[in-house]
Amino acid sequence: MEEMIVRKIENGSVIDHIAVGKGLKVINILNINPYETAVLLMNVPSKKLGRKDIVKIENRKLTSDEVNKISLIAPNATLNIIENEKIKEKRKVILPDVLENIIKCPNMNCITNSNEPIKTKFFVEKKGPVKLRCFYCEKLFNSEEIVI
Amino acid sequence: MKHLISIKDLSREEIEEILEKSEEMALILKEEKNLDIMKGKILATLFFEPSTRTKLSFTSAMQRLGGNVIGFEAVESLSVAKGENLTDTIRTIEKYSDITVIRHPREGAARYAAEISSKPVINAGDGTNQHPSQTLLDLYSIKKLKGKIENLNITLLGDLKHARVMKPLAYTLAMFKANLTFVSPLSLEFSKEVTDELKEKFNSKIIQTNDIYSGVKNADVLYVCRIQKERFADQYEAEKLEKAFRITPEIIEQANENMIILHALPKVVELDPKIDETKHAKYFEQAAYGIPVRMAILSMVS
Repeated sequence: MEEMIVRKIENGSVIDHIAVGKGLKVINILNINPYETAVLLMNVPSKKLGRKDIVKIENRKLTSDEVNKISLIAPNATLNIIENEKIKEKRKVILPDVLENIIKCPNMNCITNSNEPIKTKFFVEKKGPVKLRCFYCEKLFNSEEIVI
Repeated sequence: MKHLISIKDLSREEIEEILEKSEEMALILKEEKNLDIMKGKILATLFFEPSTRTKLSFTSAMQRLGGNVIGFEAVESLSVAKGENLTDTIRTIEKYSDITVIRHPREGAARYAAEISSKPVINAGDGTNQHPSQTLLDLYSIKKLKGKIENLNITLLGDLKHARVMKPLAYTLAMFKANLTFVSPLSLEFSKEVTDELKEKFNSKIIQTNDIYSGVKNADVLYVCRIQKERFADQYEAEKLEKAFRITPEIIEQANENMIILHALPKVVELDPKIDETKHAKYFEQAAYGIPVRMAILSMVS
């Protein structure tokens, strides 16, 4: 198979080791603006995973909220921060124990989905597969049900 | 305890403490003594959904403790009907009163009210989620009528999927190590999430069945709830289930002689009226226990 070449980024972030098929969701989380350059690589051969998705975005450092959201979609992803074409920092994304104000409750009858000025709050009950419990309505959700 | 929002916030020890306090209150009521521990205090009852027993028994409990009650029921002609949100309502009412009891159609409403209120908040029902004072009075009723909860064979029967009282009741009964049987139509069973939680947290052994007779046969306590018709799109289907899951004298004949029947009320057609006349029927006593239990709760939040 012919190798596909994607050039290195000079500065920015690379989200590696995303499970196959989840890359598009990661791109959605990042909400790329019209002036940013980003690339999504799908089904890339990987020693560790067999196949994986990779997302590269130039001139952007991810916020902790963005990293937390990615950890829900791709709990085994690795985040590389690139400066001057070199990896300045490399770390695994970590799903925190509590997620505050970064996801919506899928239960439409939850008080957080009303016109009250409430920040959502979820406790991570299980990390693999992810199970989240809403602090307010007490319902349990898996990562597929979560509205990011 | 500062607030009473969810039964899941309480440990077994804390629940037992509330049940003991309830027993103290029951004795005081029996001796017709007057209490003034809530003298000068005002309870606000905010019922965004209709209620008969819960609202009246909180009102009665507060008055028995020497306190006063203000409040509203449903929302017509109130500020909330004009579009006021819960945040503003709570921030206003907390200035008028010392304790708030709230029932609201949305799950999590009481939790949120407790977060923004500087005064104690008691959840009297948030959507289909929790109704902790009902759960506590159910536990108190079982303990009072059967002497214990542990190792009793307790059957929960009816619309387990939708009834607000059943999920937290099953949770606490599992916590108290009762032997649980769940009887419901297939479409109205507890979700797997609910039963998994009982198994994982309390190592409960649960029997689930659609057969009323096998659920009733060895029960010490039969707790019945109505089919929640309002949650069905197909009323014909709801009525069919109502008929199929009705407790009749013929079914009760198969039961233990000392089995008691409880129900959170209001009951509609799920219990044959002839059951009221049997020694098994304890639901009116159960409703009466709402007073000492709610007196205990009011005296313990601060």
